Amino acid sequence: MRTFCETTLANGLRIAAEVDPRGYSVSLGYFVRTGARDETDVEAGVSHFLEHMMFKGTAKRTAADVNRQLDELGGQSNAYTSEEQTVYYATVLPKYQDRIVDLLTDMLRPSLADADFQTERQVILEEIAKYEDQPPFGAFERVMERHFGPRGLGRRILGTKESITLMTPKIMKDYFARRYSPENIVLAAAGNVNFDSLVEQATLMTAAWAEGDKPKAPRADDESKLPDGITVDATIETPDASQAYLVRVSPAPPTKDSRRYASRLLSTIVGDESGSRFFWEMIDTGRAEACAMWTQEFGDDGAMFTYLVCHPDEMTANRKRVDKMIRQVVKDGVTETELAQAKNKTIASCIMQSDRPSNRLFGVGNGLQMRDEYVDLDEMLERYRKVTLADIAKAAKESLVPPPTETFALAGAGS
Amino acid sequence: MKTTQVEFETPVEVVHTHVLDNGLVILGQPMPWLRTAAFSLAVRAGIHAEPANRGGLASLMCEMTQRGAGKYSSRDIVELQDNLGLDHSAGVSSSLASYGATMPAGALSDALSLYAEIILRPQLPEDQLDDALQVSLQELRAVEDEPTQQVMIRLKQLQYGDLSGRPSCGNLAGIESTTHQDVSKFFADRYRPAGAILAIAGSFDWNAVLDQCLELFSDWRGEPASEPEVDFGQAGYEHISQDSSQTHIGFSFDTIPFKDKDFYLLRAGVGVLSDGMSSRLFDRVREQRGLCYTISAGTHSLKDRGAVFGYAGTTPERAQETLDVTLREIQSLASGIETAELDRLKVRVQSSLIMEQESCTSAVASMLSDWYHRGRVVTAREIESIIEALTVDQVVQYWRTHAPKEFRVVTLGPQPLVIPTS
Repeated sequence: MRTFCETTLANGLRIAAEVDPRGYSVSLGYFVRTGARDETDVEAGVSHFLEHMMFKGTAKRTAADVNRQLDELGGQSNAYTSEEQTVYYATVLPKYQDRIVDLLTDMLRPSLADADFQTERQVILEEIAKYEDQPPFGAFERVMERHFGPRGLGRRILGTKESITLMTPKIMKDYFARRYSPENIVLAAAGNVNFDSLVEQATLMTAAWAEGDKPKAPRADDESKLPDGITVDATIETPDASQAYLVRVSPAPPTKDSRRYASRLLSTIVGDESGSRFFWEMIDTGRAEACAMWTQEFGDDGAMFTYLVCHPDEMTANRKRVDKMIRQVVKDGVTETELAQAKNKTIASCIMQSDRPSNRLFGVGNGLQMRDEYVDLDEMLERYRKVTLADIAKAAKESLVPPPTETFALAGAGS
Repeated sequence: MKTTQVEFETPVEVVHTHVLDNGLVILGQPMPWLRTAAFSLAVRAGIHAEPANRGGLASLMCEMTQRGAGKYSSRDIVELQDNLGLDHSAGVSSSLASYGATMPAGALSDALSLYAEIILRPQLPEDQLDDALQVSLQELRAVEDEPTQQVMIRLKQLQYGDLSGRPSCGNLAGIESTTHQDVSKFFADRYRPAGAILAIAGSFDWNAVLDQCLELFSDWRGEPASEPEVDFGQAGYEHISQDSSQTHIGFSFDTIPFKDKDFYLLRAGVGVLSDGMSSRLFDRVREQRGLCYTISAGTHSLKDRGAVFGYAGTTPERAQETLDVTLREIQSLASGIETAELDRLKVRVQSSLIMEQESCTSAVASMLSDWYHRGRVVTAREIESIIEALTVDQVVQYWRTHAPKEFRVVTLGPQPLVIPTS
């Protein structure tokens, strides 16, 4: 049986675990409430850059020690940065719990040495260049900038070449001191966790985390200007591309909003990769390489994405087909059969994911960090089951009636 | 609260095998602690079975079989897949076409019945061929927009030969000339039980599932058509000129195949190079020099020959150094490895074998690959003991006697690179 355990340390660090003694592994992660939306223009990309620097050594460990010890524990470990969170996580055998907690906790107090900073800057610039070569050639970043504005939720996670080139260790250290305080962090775990030992170890190791004054907030951005390296044109020129790409953002419920389940099911019915309305009209017919809809939820906002990829000559006609399907779902809603099918598919997928602690970790960590709640599998399934046709109809009107924000990546000014 | 922890060892898995008279092999690995089940059904209808002038036919076949089968229409199939909660996929490798799904355990029986229809009795509707061909053309264009894939596709042909190294997406000429007759003939020739493998893992009852499979598949008939023509690649360098932000570098060299008794010596060396964040390529190319974001190397195997393939992406001005350092690191394996490097690898292997017990999808993939390449399932226990027994001397000795040579290199970017001659 799975048991949920939660506690808050004196320094403000929250610890939560979904304990399942049957598990073959234990997954652990630090969920830090900081991301691109918390940055100013001069800090653009610092959350993600900092995530890389966390692997570059601490007072007790060199960079090589960190990487080597992560490998010695034999599991899978990684980190990611989003608009609102930076997450460091690992999955290991239960016998290595203490060692991985020791390592991850130590990593959260990094050296941030200048020489490592300079080397890693190159890696970040390479990462930016890598995504420039990949479809849809920056269209997701652009549509976010256009929809939310180039700051806040629209801030590029990787930053820009300009902001990364001008970044200094001081900017990073100040940002770190402001954002990585214990009350801003959740330590989450799932699987075969020894919770008592986790709490004891974290208490000991993070006791000194709250010490030191926080630097004052950086100067506010000049909102009348675009940040360096940012443009907000609707079209990205991709002269060498074989396909044309369209990304749209429409409004959607935020992460704490109970309407989010209806919104997710709506996007499954309209634009899931298989069995959806888009699938039958656009993919099964070979009219498009991709045509999909999905939602993304943030603390105080949400986004419903529509993504269309096809031959450049077909973009105009295909966009009309998509619009027609959207008008139809707004006008007539969806059928009972479609809703039942979407629920079955979603519920099965939740059950399948729950077999692995590494998947459950994100449910526990994100739930606590972003919503201050824990939802077990059965409760989650119940929330999907309760969604009605009327809920879906309402979600369609709220998300799909307002004109969406669009971005194209294609050769020649198109559409 | 108090929690207890049990120390797990690699479980002794039970693998059932049943060979039908028609040649179909059924493999089963019950994992009763899971809430899920998975299967994969593979037939000898991979890329190598395509006629030379019909590149893309094997993938098209996967698309066509799912456009109606037995009494089910195309829409019925998708509706069933969704309502059963199948996380499904179908695709082709060099030799096999595989259809598989992972699902909540209770759906397994219905899922097997559905896939028996898809593979044994597809309708192959002629009026759907144009749409299916359009799907293939979309995939072909998608690849053209992915520089990494473009490099790796061309590299595979340099490595294995223009014919033996063909990509699953095929080519424009092949797709455009494919007729319904080609589809029907390919199905009749290749979707046969001899040489086919059905692997099942997860929470299920072996006897009940075997009974069902006997009912579903015993009447399936047919010998596979003759083994397809093969060719071989050779060392060389090709550059694809493109005004990209990065130079994309792919490299490969000949190795022993998966079935070779020394395979794990090869694999251990590749692990030292590329498994984990302390591996040599990650550490020396990315961490110490900041030359790239992505770098990796891995083993690949056809039945009779293998190769190591690697990739690095880096901005053009740093590309030459990236290639030079990477090739140097590969050659340096023969100069020795540290005990600690091998030990880390052993822990990784043990951990991943134990954690695989949380996923019936991985179990299915391993069983299928083992049976195809080696004619038997290699258990986690057996792999663990082979890896545990490896010594530094054995690994280094292997890399000395099988020194990487005959490199194939493909780059895509603004400028070609200079390939070291030694």
